Amino acid sequence: MLTSSIQLRGAWAFIERNFRATRRYWGWEVVFLVYSIVNVLAVTYIAPGTEALTGVGATTDFMVIYLLVGTLVWTYLNGVFDAVAFMISWERWEGTIEYTFMAPIKLVTMLGGSALFSILYGLVRTLIVIGVVSLFFTLNVADTDFLTATIFVLLGSVGFLGIGIMAAALPLLFLERGTQMTIVVQAMLLLVSGIYYPVSILPDWLEPLSWISPATYILEGIRGAMLDGKSVFDMSAELWKLFAVSLISLPLGVWIFQKAVDYAKRTGRLKRYG
Amino acid sequence: MSVLPESNLALEVRGVTKRFDTRGIRIPLPWSKKKGDDKQVVAVDDLSLTVERGQIFGIVGSNGCGKSTLVRIISTLLYPDGGTISVFGHDVVEESETVRRLINRVSVEASFFRKLSPLENLMFSGQTYGLDRETTAARTFEILGRLGIDEAQVLRPLEQMSRGMQQKVAVARGFLTSPIVLPLDEPTTGLDPASKRQVQKFIAELHAEHDATVLLVTHDMAEAEKLCDQISIMAGGKIVASGTLSGLVEQAGLEGGRHGLEDVFLHVVGHAFDEEPEDKKAGAAASDQ
Repeated sequence: MLTSSIQLRGAWAFIERNFRATRRYWGWEVVFLVYSIVNVLAVTYIAPGTEALTGVGATTDFMVIYLLVGTLVWTYLNGVFDAVAFMISWERWEGTIEYTFMAPIKLVTMLGGSALFSILYGLVRTLIVIGVVSLFFTLNVADTDFLTATIFVLLGSVGFLGIGIMAAALPLLFLERGTQMTIVVQAMLLLVSGIYYPVSILPDWLEPLSWISPATYILEGIRGAMLDGKSVFDMSAELWKLFAVSLISLPLGVWIFQKAVDYAKRTGRLKRYG
Repeated sequence: MSVLPESNLALEVRGVTKRFDTRGIRIPLPWSKKKGDDKQVVAVDDLSLTVERGQIFGIVGSNGCGKSTLVRIISTLLYPDGGTISVFGHDVVEESETVRRLINRVSVEASFFRKLSPLENLMFSGQTYGLDRETTAARTFEILGRLGIDEAQVLRPLEQMSRGMQQKVAVARGFLTSPIVLPLDEPTTGLDPASKRQVQKFIAELHAEHDATVLLVTHDMAEAEKLCDQISIMAGGKIVASGTLSGLVEQAGLEGGRHGLEDVFLHVVGHAFDEEPEDKKAGAAASDQ
């Protein structure tokens, strides 16, 4: 059989297994979904809440969309990040990590399968959240350029996967603390990516971190398309920045992950020894 | 091009050494201990052995003697600090992907996604080895059937199965991909006597049916005597005796009565089974989990 066929079959095996495992943990999926919906609603209600508190309502509709985009994009990216960044922790917890690494497939196949699953998982989860949340808010999206929004989401997913793969390397380097560090990385992305506010309000020393987060450019692109009806050509500067960040972060993530696997195999940290 | 040369040597281990540092990643801070203070344990110590094609080769030794570490290096899960290992001429470090196509492994822990069924777990495993869905499913039912697991159980989550049943599924996963070299690391530990016999019979049958070389790592003396063509005794990370059972008895100079592997072990290693000295047992934490 062709090597490429073996690799494709291998990648599919990860998608199928992760889907089946997610289905078997359906109770937790319901919990996460409910939490995501409540979180999106709670954050977005800050916009009408501010109007109620201050009596100023001129920007309420704008803020509803601004916050809604932020929370929904974060719901999606969080799902993608979780599925990739915690794959090592998950395999180690189940006890299957050594068998997965013994399979005669390339590392990029393993990462590719997990990454594809994470994107599908993130999209499905976010679409459900959008469906429920749309019952609570009346949104005028007539001027939205959906093509631009879609391009930013898909390209940004690639860049975000790179960051997730880098984070997935942490549990290979640090047995006890790796998973905890991964959560810290996730939290830092939330802080610096402008999910709920423009990154320009961040302190000068913190703002540069927003430049390396793909989420920053995804949000700029989608908000531009939804709030200002900008086309992909109008947003070309942001698109190039997102392209550049994605072009660097994905191969860098794979390279770091490969180095972490080598380190784990040298020091016996692949599995939890001792 | 075939990755399997016409070699008669399935496995060649040359001067392999593996040490574990019991501390984690170190950041060089002023108050950090100096390099000489590192706590290292030697799990495998300049070990050499060869296994011929088609053999069932046994490695026996007490807990913590480095058996599992050796199996992990052969299985491409650990890099040796020194020495080389080749599987049918392919180096386990330099040609890792090729070696992984030739081998599979059964370990003492069943290691599955417990919420998934045996079929779902083995479908994943088979497809990562390039098997198509139909072949994987057919082989799964066939192998598990031979191990006494019926179709209904094949579809039930593994967490609902006993430890012994899970271990049988682990054995099935090892054989699913028709490996030509199969390291079995304590494959029958924790099984009841009937299941143990069933698995041993299965190993012997499949070995006879296929051109497979089996490396059986065990501390079950009777199992090694029953299944193995050649046996090596391992202690303190080294091979201390090697040969057929009768050869080992002869090497040990045991006379009078009927002597078994346990007698040889006690004579050669000098302490009762499962009584590896404490300094060596430190290595067990790093190697035999």
